[in-house]
Amino acid sequence: MKVVLLGGTSGMGRALARSLVERGDQVFLLGRRPEELARSAADLEVRHPHKLPCGHALCDLENPEEFEPALDAAEATLGGLDAVIVTAALFATQDTLESDLTLTRRLLTVNFTNTILFCEHARRRLLARGGGHLVVFSSVAGDRGRKPVVLYGSSKAGLSAYLEGLDHRFHGQGLRVLCVKPGFVKTGMTAGLKPPPFAGEPAQVARDVLRAMDRGSPLIYTPSIWSLILCIIRALPRFVMRRIQF
Amino acid sequence: MAQGLPLRGHSSQPGPHLAAWGRVSEPGQEQLSESLEEACRGASLCRGLGRSYGDSSLPASPKDKVVATRLANRILAFDEDTGLLRAEAGLSLVDLNRLLLPRGWFVPVTPGTQFVTLGGMVASDVHGKNHHRAGTFGAHVTSLRMRLADDSILRCSPKEHADLFYGTIGGMGLLGHILEVEFRLDRIPSPWIWMESTRVGSIDEFLHALAEGARCWPMTMGWIDCLHRGRAMGRGILMAGRWATQEEAPASLPPAPREITWPVELPNWALNPFSARTFNALYYASHWRRHRRRIVTPTTFFYPLDAVLHWNRAYGPRGFTQYQCVLPRAAGPEAVREFLERLTQLGAASPLCVIKDCGPEGQGILSFPMEGTSIAVDMAISPEIQHIVDHLNEFVIATGGRIYLTKDRFTRPEHFRAMEPRLERFLSLREHWDPRRHLRSAQSRRLLGDRA
Repeated sequence: MKVVLLGGTSGMGRALARSLVERGDQVFLLGRRPEELARSAADLEVRHPHKLPCGHALCDLENPEEFEPALDAAEATLGGLDAVIVTAALFATQDTLESDLTLTRRLLTVNFTNTILFCEHARRRLLARGGGHLVVFSSVAGDRGRKPVVLYGSSKAGLSAYLEGLDHRFHGQGLRVLCVKPGFVKTGMTAGLKPPPFAGEPAQVARDVLRAMDRGSPLIYTPSIWSLILCIIRALPRFVMRRIQF
Repeated sequence: MAQGLPLRGHSSQPGPHLAAWGRVSEPGQEQLSESLEEACRGASLCRGLGRSYGDSSLPASPKDKVVATRLANRILAFDEDTGLLRAEAGLSLVDLNRLLLPRGWFVPVTPGTQFVTLGGMVASDVHGKNHHRAGTFGAHVTSLRMRLADDSILRCSPKEHADLFYGTIGGMGLLGHILEVEFRLDRIPSPWIWMESTRVGSIDEFLHALAEGARCWPMTMGWIDCLHRGRAMGRGILMAGRWATQEEAPASLPPAPREITWPVELPNWALNPFSARTFNALYYASHWRRHRRRIVTPTTFFYPLDAVLHWNRAYGPRGFTQYQCVLPRAAGPEAVREFLERLTQLGAASPLCVIKDCGPEGQGILSFPMEGTSIAVDMAISPEIQHIVDHLNEFVIATGGRIYLTKDRFTRPEHFRAMEPRLERFLSLREHWDPRRHLRSAQSRRLLGDRA
C-alpha cells in the first residue's frame, strides 16, 4: 500500500508509520520540522523489510497553501496513492486555552478548518484514483461537551461530524473514511497529564487502526475500552455532567 | 507492550513518586518526551525503562527535572555490511530484537532483561552471559552524542573526548545525558540458541564447571540454590549456550513470546523462607537429568524472567533489592564459598541467585565487572537489610571485589569508597564536566554526597 502520513514523526503517528512499513507498506511523511522528518524517515527505512527509502516533504497544518504541493510531491514519489492518514493536530489544556485566545484560534483553525481542507485535497486525489483510505485522528474528546476539553473537544466534534458525512457521501465511490477516536494515550502530547486508568500505548493504537483499515470500518475507539466508557458518558444526564470533573 | 508501563512504588510521603524495579520509590516526577535533545535541557537525570533495581534512576530531590527517554526511540542509521547502528538513547532492546533478530543481527552484549534502553545499557555498562568472551556492552560502543551539564551538545568516542566517553560508560548518567548511541551489532548464524544445562551438586563443583564452561562456550551462567546449607551448599544448574548453526536451527523464526502479566501484588509474607526453599527444591529437582541439550529461543535463554511481566509484584509492597558483587579471581574459590556461607547464614536470600564467570575489566571508569566470579541475589526488603548489605560489603571489600551500582540501594558511601579505587578518577571527571553537580540521582546523593 502507498500511504501518505501527516504527523508521522511523533506519538501515535510514529507508531502507525512503523507498523505500516514493518508490514511492507510504502510510506511518505509530511510534517512541519525538517530535522524530525529526516530522523523519522531514517528510522522507517531501517524498519522496512526491504529497506525502502521513506520520502518526506514539509507540510504544516497552519499553512493551507502547502497542502497541494506537499501532496503532489508525495504522489510523485510514491507513484500512486492508496491511503492518506492524518494524525497531526494541536493540543492544549482547557486552562491554557482559556487564558490565551490567540492559541485558541490557532487550535480551532488547525484541528477543524485546516484539517478538513487537507482532507478535501486528499479526498479528491483518492477519488480520482477510484477510491482509497482516508484515516483521520479525531478524539473521544469530541463525543460530548466536557469540562476539561471544552475547546479542544469542540474542534474534534466538528471534525468527527465531517468525517461521518464524508463517509456517507463517498462510500459508494470507493472512499473508505476511518474516524479514529483515541482515548488517553501515553505520548509526548499528553506528557505532563496524569494518565487515567485504561490509558493506552501508541503501539496498541497502531495495531487497532491497521485492523480497522483492513476491515473497512468507518469508526474506531482505541484502546477499545474507551468505546464503553464513552457509551456511558454519552448517556449521562446533564445534571450529572455538570457535577463530575471528567 | 510492557515497556511503557509506569512503575508504581510505595511510600509514606504524599505526592507523585518514581519507582525503580525494586519497587522502592522517591518523590518526584518524570517528564516524557519524544525530543530528548530539547527535554534534556536543564535536566538532572535521564531514565530509560526504570529497570535498575536500586536508586540510580530516581531523583535526588523532588524538584529535580527527570526525563524519561523511552519515547526517543528512533533508529537513525544501520549499515548491514558492518553492523554499525546509531539510534536515539530511548530505543529499547525489546524493539531492537523484534526487528533485527529475524534479519540475523543481535546486540553484542545483552543483560538479563530486554526491557532496557540503549542509554541505560551504556550508563550501566551492562554485561551478559558472554562477558568472558565479549566484555561489557561499552566495549562495542563506537560513539555517543551527549547533552552536558552546561547544556552544550557534544559527540564523544574512544578518539574524541575519550575521558568523557569512558566516564559515561558505566557512569550511571552522571557526566551528561546520553542522546544517541552508536554501536556494532553481531551477525548471528540463526535466530536460535543451542543450550546445554547441567545439574551441579555443590559450589566447588559449580566453580569448576563454570571455569570449564567458559573455555568451551561463548555464553554461560548458573542458577544457585543459595538457601540450601551443608554439603550440597551451592548446588544448582549451569546453563551454557551458543548460537545454533543454520543446520541445527529450525527453519522457522522463533515465535513471539506470549505476554503474561503477574496479575496481583502478593502480600509481603507470600515469599518467605519456606516458600522460597520449596521453590528452589522443586526447581532443582525438575532438572532430574544431569545433562540436558536442546534448541531454545533467545528469549528463553537470555530473558527467562521477562516471560512474566511485573514479576516484581511477587515481593509485595515492601519491595526488594538485588545484591550483586564480583569477587576477584585472585581471592580464589574459597572466597566464593565463604560468601555463599555467609549468605545462607544471613538467610536473606530469595529463589533468584545467579552466578557468572567474568572476564577482564572493561574500560568504563566505573564499569562493574572484573576478572572473577559475579554473584547476584535478590533479597526482600526487611528491617535487617541494611545490616545484611553492610555485612556482605565488608566481606567483598576484604576480597578486593566490588558491587554493581545498577542493583544497589543500600551500600554506605564509606564502603563504596573502600571498594572503588577508580572513584577519584571519576570524581575528577565530574569536577571537569559538571563542576556544579547539576546531574545527580538519589544514588549519587547517597554514595557521592550530592545535595538533596
